[in-house]
Amino acid sequence: MTENNHTPDLVEAEHHTVQDDPKVVTRRWILMGIGALLNGVVGIAVAVPVVRYILGPIRKKGAYNSWISLGSATQFPAGETRLATYENPFNRPWDGETAKVACWVRNIDGQKFQVFAVNCAHLGCPVRWFPQSSLFMCPCHGGAYYQDGSRASGPPERGLFEYDYKLVRGELHIDAGQMPTLANPASPNSPGEQSANGGLTVITNAPGGCGSCQKS
Amino acid sequence: MPEELNDKPADKSLKGKALEAYNWVEQRVQLQAPFEEAMLHPVPKSTASWWYVFGSAAATLLMLQIVTGILLALVYVPSGAEAWKSLQILNHDLPLGWFLRAMHGWGSNFMVAVVLIHMAQVFMFGAYKFPRELTWVVGVIMLLMTLGMAFTGQVLRFDQDSYWGLGIGASITSRIPIIGAPAVQLMLGGPIIAGATLTRFFALHVFVIPGLLLALTGLHIWMVVKLGINEWPMPGRRVNKKTYIREYHELTHKDGLPFMPGALWKDAVFSAAILLAVAVCAAIFGPYGPTGQPDPTIIQTVPKPDFFFLWLYAVLSYLPPALETPFLLTVPAVGIAILLALPFWAGEGEKSWHRRPVAVMVLALVAVSWGTFTHLATFTPWSPVMNAWSGANVPEKMTHNLSPVERQGAVILQSKQCRNCHALGGEGGQRGPALDDVATRLTEDQLIRQVVQGGGNMPAYGKSLTPSEVTALVKFLDTMHPANQPAATDASRAAVAANTPAAVPAPAAQAEPAPAKAQ
Repeated sequence: MTENNHTPDLVEAEHHTVQDDPKVVTRRWILMGIGALLNGVVGIAVAVPVVRYILGPIRKKGAYNSWISLGSATQFPAGETRLATYENPFNRPWDGETAKVACWVRNIDGQKFQVFAVNCAHLGCPVRWFPQSSLFMCPCHGGAYYQDGSRASGPPERGLFEYDYKLVRGELHIDAGQMPTLANPASPNSPGEQSANGGLTVITNAPGGCGSCQKS
Repeated sequence: MPEELNDKPADKSLKGKALEAYNWVEQRVQLQAPFEEAMLHPVPKSTASWWYVFGSAAATLLMLQIVTGILLALVYVPSGAEAWKSLQILNHDLPLGWFLRAMHGWGSNFMVAVVLIHMAQVFMFGAYKFPRELTWVVGVIMLLMTLGMAFTGQVLRFDQDSYWGLGIGASITSRIPIIGAPAVQLMLGGPIIAGATLTRFFALHVFVIPGLLLALTGLHIWMVVKLGINEWPMPGRRVNKKTYIREYHELTHKDGLPFMPGALWKDAVFSAAILLAVAVCAAIFGPYGPTGQPDPTIIQTVPKPDFFFLWLYAVLSYLPPALETPFLLTVPAVGIAILLALPFWAGEGEKSWHRRPVAVMVLALVAVSWGTFTHLATFTPWSPVMNAWSGANVPEKMTHNLSPVERQGAVILQSKQCRNCHALGGEGGQRGPALDDVATRLTEDQLIRQVVQGGGNMPAYGKSLTPSEVTALVKFLDTMHPANQPAATDASRAAVAANTPAAVPAPAAQAEPAPAKAQ
């Protein structure tokens, strides 16, 4: 093995490359520079659409939101809080079950509603409703919320994220569409400004409707 | 020149033919010389130590991850609707599919662990000092990529833990000022966690990070070969930029040995042992999950991150709410900046841990903190036990000899989810204090106040309990004290009782019962 080690190195064997005079070299270097420049220009021209493609998911505040029907309001008995599910309007054919979203619907008195995101305001874990103690509890770090969604205790900085809602011909519609976080509250407008999104299209895709309701 | 290529007499034996074939290839690729230079370069004798085997073991594990990863990719479907099902098929339907998943999962655990141990060893031995600063910097970036691989790999499992883990990631990302909202959308690939989220994490886990990690591994090893393996640190042998290269050269040539086989055999043995350990763990403990399917409407779930992120899960539970965002946004950046700046700030001087007490203490502190937080997160004492109220009964002995109203209180304690946070007889949540002897700590009035108003991490129950329920609950809690230790009482209450008009009816009236009691 070792004897045959001294294979000829064709590159470094001897310098028979053209030894140009400085002027010619300068011309070659200019051409080299033009080549590099061309690649730079084409690179930028190609990269700009690529950046646009990568940033594609970023939309303006509220652009993902629409009015989504949770089905008939009569599924949510007065004075109770029930889990409702709907299919997120922005979805892809391969989303499968992840296109579904759950939310808590509280029917305060038969007239007024509150619709909360299941995501804890701390780190997004799903909160559970306990009707016996009228509390929402988070299984992750123990955040707790009262029945009106306000913070009761634990690490969350604020109350539950609340969707704007409206009743349309007996159906409960919520202004939803993206995962609520501290930077993207459930509905882009503050609660109380429920008419602000009146221009949004209504999407009726709540196959589950009220998930925890008893069918009657 | 071409005639030089074929100047050997033909050898008809098998060995001869093999040698001929080798030579044919070698004459064209010409890799033997650089390979020999890398393998046979002299290293200080002291580096042929079992302490120096972790870097090569990490590289071996990276190879294992690439091979097992490619094999899993033959079956895995990176689709929101199918990913979880394809893992079920790998686990249950394909021969040894479960074993490959287990090897990849345990390989990941071992890789993170070995990379961290390697880093700790390099830090302790002062190997980041001149002239190996850039080797350390590249290594820090490789550590971050290894952690990135661990997190993105957990996402690809696309089960309940993965789904809600992404939710935690999005919630953390959303705390970035100004660009929080677009950053979340960029991370999720859309408005919610769904198929688009999975495909981008797939691209990161399978193409982007491994490609960079491989390139950096090549650069890292190249620098190790070119700059030499760090000599065993001796107290008093200080690194000086002017003299170090000459000193190292003397060390390797006067008291050195060729890297292969002098030091390499230990690397080889340890790498084999690590691979065996991965295989044994995989065979015994099996693959990681997947846990429940990633259906966001199934909220009966207790998500938990994988092992190497448990410490963060614990830290996030103990931080005061006001500190959380500043912590999340600054501490990782500051930590990484310190790691990157270390070799430039301390590029010279002592390497030996005998002369670097601060370094030793920092490492010990980091290790103990990490271990403590990981241990805490394994038991999550801050998480409510969501089914304790319906699953863990009030111990029977605590309801003996109770009045009806006290028993009613025990029922209320059970039915109002108190047990989710408060343990009785060792069962139940640990978020609040255990209530076994709560009456020795709080008086009746304090109990009422605590129940009604909450506070100190407890929700106020004033709105969800009627006054009579509060009374019953507090009467029951007031019985929660050991037989030989009386319940706490409010001294002012006794004084008030003694001075109320009802008690005044006379010294005579008080004097009478006293002898009766004495009898």
